[in-house]
Amino acid sequence: MSPRRADLPFLSNRSELLSEPLWVRLLLLTLALTFLGGFLFLPLFVVFGEALAQGFAFYFATLRTPDAQSAIGLTLLVALVAIPCNLLFGVSAAWAIAKFRFPGRALLLTLIDLPFSVSPVVAGLIFILMFGAQGWATPLLRPFDVKIVFAVPGIILATLFVTFPFIARELIPLMEEQGVEDEESALMLGASGWQTFWRVTLPNVRYGLMYGVLLCNARAMGEFGAVSVISGHIRGLTNTMPLHVEVLYNEYEFVAAFAVASLLTILALVTLGVKNVLQWRYRDQLQAAEH
Amino acid sequence: MSALHDSHLGGGVVFPFPLRGPDFSGGRTAATPVHGAVGRYLLISGLLLLFSLCLAGGGIVVAAHADSEILNVSYDPTRELYQEFNVAFSRHWLEQTGERVVVRQSHGGSASQARAVIDGLAADVVTLALAYDIDALAAHQLLPRNWQARLPHESTPCTSTIVFLVRKGNPKGIKDWGDLIRPGVQVITPNPKTSGGARWNYLAAWSWAETQFGGDPGKVRGYMEQLMARVPVLDSGARAATTTFAKRGLGDLLLAWENEAILAVEKLGPHDLEIVRPTRSILAQPPVAVVDRVVDARGTRKVAEAYLRYLYTPEGQEILARHHFRPTDPTVATRHAQKFPPLLMTTLQERFGDWQQAQARHFADGGLFDQIQKSKPAP
Repeated sequence: MSPRRADLPFLSNRSELLSEPLWVRLLLLTLALTFLGGFLFLPLFVVFGEALAQGFAFYFATLRTPDAQSAIGLTLLVALVAIPCNLLFGVSAAWAIAKFRFPGRALLLTLIDLPFSVSPVVAGLIFILMFGAQGWATPLLRPFDVKIVFAVPGIILATLFVTFPFIARELIPLMEEQGVEDEESALMLGASGWQTFWRVTLPNVRYGLMYGVLLCNARAMGEFGAVSVISGHIRGLTNTMPLHVEVLYNEYEFVAAFAVASLLTILALVTLGVKNVLQWRYRDQLQAAEH
Repeated sequence: MSALHDSHLGGGVVFPFPLRGPDFSGGRTAATPVHGAVGRYLLISGLLLLFSLCLAGGGIVVAAHADSEILNVSYDPTRELYQEFNVAFSRHWLEQTGERVVVRQSHGGSASQARAVIDGLAADVVTLALAYDIDALAAHQLLPRNWQARLPHESTPCTSTIVFLVRKGNPKGIKDWGDLIRPGVQVITPNPKTSGGARWNYLAAWSWAETQFGGDPGKVRGYMEQLMARVPVLDSGARAATTTFAKRGLGDLLLAWENEAILAVEKLGPHDLEIVRPTRSILAQPPVAVVDRVVDARGTRKVAEAYLRYLYTPEGQEILARHHFRPTDPTVATRHAQKFPPLLMTTLQERFGDWQQAQARHFADGGLFDQIQKSKPAP
């Protein structure tokens, strides 16, 4: 943990030593606010402004069209599958990496980071090359008659791939910093491994976990590139919300496109809000995760 | 200690210390036992997982409420056309057979759509921008090589051509292909590697230049280099290019399908855009085909074939004409003659042979298009 300011006496009287003249502070503040306004708030207002350009009735009507409903449903489904899977994987991987030393640990860490460094388009293409009609895994799947690419399973796979690191990445530094003393005491006091995990390890990281789930969800719902490659763009069937926005925009249905985009924006705002609440309430615990 | 160990082995655990989160907050302690909350959280996640699996299972069967479902994989500017046509065909099919059919549609650049079908997108019918992209499917044994002979007019129920879309009032005074390479003119066209429309654009320009320069290869090449130097972006599909030009305001002129240009004027602003028809253009033939491998596997051959044949009926032709495609049915064509002024149109056959030859010479890797892109002058 970083030393607190009170521990460093030469920094304690911050206001006197570190203050800039008023005009400098005002200038910086104005600059920052202008920048924020121009690059963040203005686009936000544009999204909602355009979405409501033809009134609330039209706004809700566009969200009730079968294609929009199917896109919203598919997006929710994808997130609902991706999050629990990544939750399971993320927690177990983080636990294994942070609490144990084993051969291949560094390799596992690197592999977890892989989806961050691979372009989403490539991620989508990987699955086409594997499960597409010309793919090497396709003959193996033929007897089972399952469709993967250009169908819902492919979209879920691609989303899983790109959201894979979020939870594990959030937990590993946190767990590493917390060390194994708590677990050791629990074991000493007679808890079984399972009990130690449920009652000591997991409660210790719960806010980091929620934070990870939040980020994972935002990405799962908002992913465009990987999903676009693998979806086949069949409207009413394999279009997620981001893809549906593109379809509507390309069909000159600008108001409808912005209406669906506004849902994604609301999701982003909620994510941001919850993230800030978590960060503010549990900043000390979360700090570790950001190192 | 031994007692604790015994209880551990016995399974019934007594937890001798109060359970709470470790104190990271520097005095601001969350002193409540939290295992309950976490347990609940995990229970909820578990339920969500179960629920989503049910949904996933459900999603696969959901499509079963129609008697049959076919997928039309098409190119970019036909989005609005097939939205209307699909509804009309479903009604027609219900009247004819009493069966409900749902036609799904997917759109994108013609070549990329063909690629997706080769990779396994289960298209019952393909309606693409040019024959070469359907030939590519035939090369992968998805349909026989003679597919073009199976429907009238070489499997093209309608034709179109390439025209210029300019800003209202034509401020740059663009009349013909020669004006495109005047200084200060910016041209928008999509990428011929992925877009069918772009290949027609390119061939239309090429055939005008061939006529203009009496077939002098150096001058034709020079014109094409000048032209490509004026293209600031190459979008992947015709629709993206239209949006770039009309919505983002880039460029002075868009090379576009006639149908796409009329639609853009209609949808995006009769006050902002207008169409200029050059002295000579190309007869663009977007073909259609049933994908045999898919319809035979899914048992949808009958409805898929009827779907394409419906394009040739007077009702189908009327819908095509309404969406600004030049109908092949003479009666329907006469009715809409005003919308489609006659234009001198070169055919692909008379200038470029067939699509295999045109593709190999111009658009294949290292072909003329690639060479032009490399040797074009700096803008």
